[in-house]
Amino acid sequence: MKALETALRAVRDQGRTALVPYFMAGLSDDWTTTIDALIAGGADAIEIGLPFSDPLMDGVVIQEAGTKALERGTTLDSVVDELAQHSFGVPLIVMTYYNVLLHEGLNSAASKLKRAGISGAIIPDLTLEESAEWRAACDENGIATILMVAPSTSTHRAATLVASTEGFAYASARMAVTGAASDEGTGGDVVSLIREHSDIPAYIGIGITTPEQAAQASKVADGVIVGSALVKLLLAGANQAEVTAFVASLRAAI
Amino acid sequence: MAQLEIMGTPSDDGRFGDFGGRFIPEALYPAVSELDAAFRDAWADPAFRDEFHTTLRIFGGRPTPVTPLPRLSEALGIRLYAKREDLAHTGSHKLNNVVGQALLTRRMGKTRMIAETGAGQHGVASATAAARLGLECTVYMGEVDTQRQILNVFRMELLGAKVVPVTSGSRTLKDAVNEAMREWVTCVSDTHYCLGSVMGPHPFPWMVREFQSIIGKEARDQMQEFEENVPDAIVACVGGGSNAAGIFAGFANDTSRLIGVEAAGGAAIASGEPGVLHGMKSLLLQDPHGQIREAHSISAGLDYPGIGPEHAHLASSGRAEYVSIQDDEVLDALSLLSRYEGIIPALETAHAVAWIAKEAGKSLPTGSTVLLNLSGRGDKDVAQVKEMLDGK
Repeated sequence: MKALETALRAVRDQGRTALVPYFMAGLSDDWTTTIDALIAGGADAIEIGLPFSDPLMDGVVIQEAGTKALERGTTLDSVVDELAQHSFGVPLIVMTYYNVLLHEGLNSAASKLKRAGISGAIIPDLTLEESAEWRAACDENGIATILMVAPSTSTHRAATLVASTEGFAYASARMAVTGAASDEGTGGDVVSLIREHSDIPAYIGIGITTPEQAAQASKVADGVIVGSALVKLLLAGANQAEVTAFVASLRAAI
Repeated sequence: MAQLEIMGTPSDDGRFGDFGGRFIPEALYPAVSELDAAFRDAWADPAFRDEFHTTLRIFGGRPTPVTPLPRLSEALGIRLYAKREDLAHTGSHKLNNVVGQALLTRRMGKTRMIAETGAGQHGVASATAAARLGLECTVYMGEVDTQRQILNVFRMELLGAKVVPVTSGSRTLKDAVNEAMREWVTCVSDTHYCLGSVMGPHPFPWMVREFQSIIGKEARDQMQEFEENVPDAIVACVGGGSNAAGIFAGFANDTSRLIGVEAAGGAAIASGEPGVLHGMKSLLLQDPHGQIREAHSISAGLDYPGIGPEHAHLASSGRAEYVSIQDDEVLDALSLLSRYEGIIPALETAHAVAWIAKEAGKSLPTGSTVLLNLSGRGDKDVAQVKEMLDGK
């Protein structure tokens, strides 16, 4: 079992619903301080976006953040170099698109992520079927590859995905890209599908934007992922205290 | 791995050599798998093929003729022919693919299609096929393209489609594909994504090539009226590469040279590196960090930083050659075909004409037979061409 899963199982064993905020790397010169603010608010792990020019799983908020990060010159190397200068008390997970890693070279990319202290990766456009080479590179470097299970996923396919995901299983609350504002779908059915096949921690994300929705998700899931709502605050220029307060409001709700 | 037949059926995971495959969000996986199964089933069903061919005949104006181009041939010293996709309904080869996909949409029990478009030709064709079959249709089009192809936007609306301008990224074809895929995630249960070229996740590159291969099959038969042997060279423009794939498919196992002509500002074969975009592994224009570069071309239809995966494979295996033409060579070629043969080609097609004119007597030896895929008519471009000629 990789370190990420050990850590996340320990959170669950304490009876605590994990809170995993997502934000985009490179939005400002001191972007790594956002991680401290998130931890202060009660984050159990942090998902860090590595920007890509064509993020086809992301809605407008994260698209805008990605464009801004790229315009500021954010690259795999710049993110790794800055993260490597710090150590944080919670697991770090990278979220990016496959081409960023493929272009770097999969072994080199995985080893750089390890150097940055990253223990998990979410790559929404990398299907399980295409992931063998990447997963081999991750095995060399102790990085967990987290797979998503969607409302459209069949029971049969879910069994395969859940058997292969590492760290946790990512349950997509609804059929949408990130940041979709809607009350439809809470991810409960997807979590049930995951639980049919495995006791790996099941986290809900995609479209969780308010403390109320987080509270709803926490009733069925082991963890909750919140991205666009936080990124929206950061894009609006929220300071560290405001970021901490937002995360604390989510923490209190779950 | 077994040797792939040239332009045959790809492997089950949709690979053409090192290229192709399926790189998509999990939410889309079931829809893409369903499409793969539905296409295999339909394409093996004589009744489906019959409806496809009948629709293209009685509605689409097929077969399109092969036209000898005697005056231009004499001027260039070659024997030049054109496969007249410009004469197909809606003015380009695009209808072949959308009729296939619209019939498939109905067969899968879906009621709506979404599509991306660059120049607007695929959008117009999609709107046309949707109207014919009583399907709803929404077309995603980069905001920049909605401005440079304003008449095509109006055509789509006349045909009952909704056109959504895409304001993300470079606001051109690449971003229209992103937006259509994002939208597809939200509506896969009742909506088919009618992709317009031989690109995207498996089975699209293969399926679109199969629907377009009617061009090559017809052309190969029709050429026998004029020439004893197959043409020495087949020349087609390439953006994503659907018209080229369609005509190449008819001659893949012959001795004909297969030549794809890219726009220099969007030359994925000449300047691209292997990468993953829009659900496929192919050759893509990228910066040193793996970010996708924006393509720049005089023609909206070739303004794409990638190319279909089968073309990347045909290039790496050497079966097809890919060349590129600069923007400033295109207008002369458009005038050339217009004045010598009375055919105003689309700006995309004019790239292929430009290469033929440049290479006649050189890599296209004097007296050799050349078949141009005349992929579309130029009506959509005349306002832009006038502006450029006036500005010269």
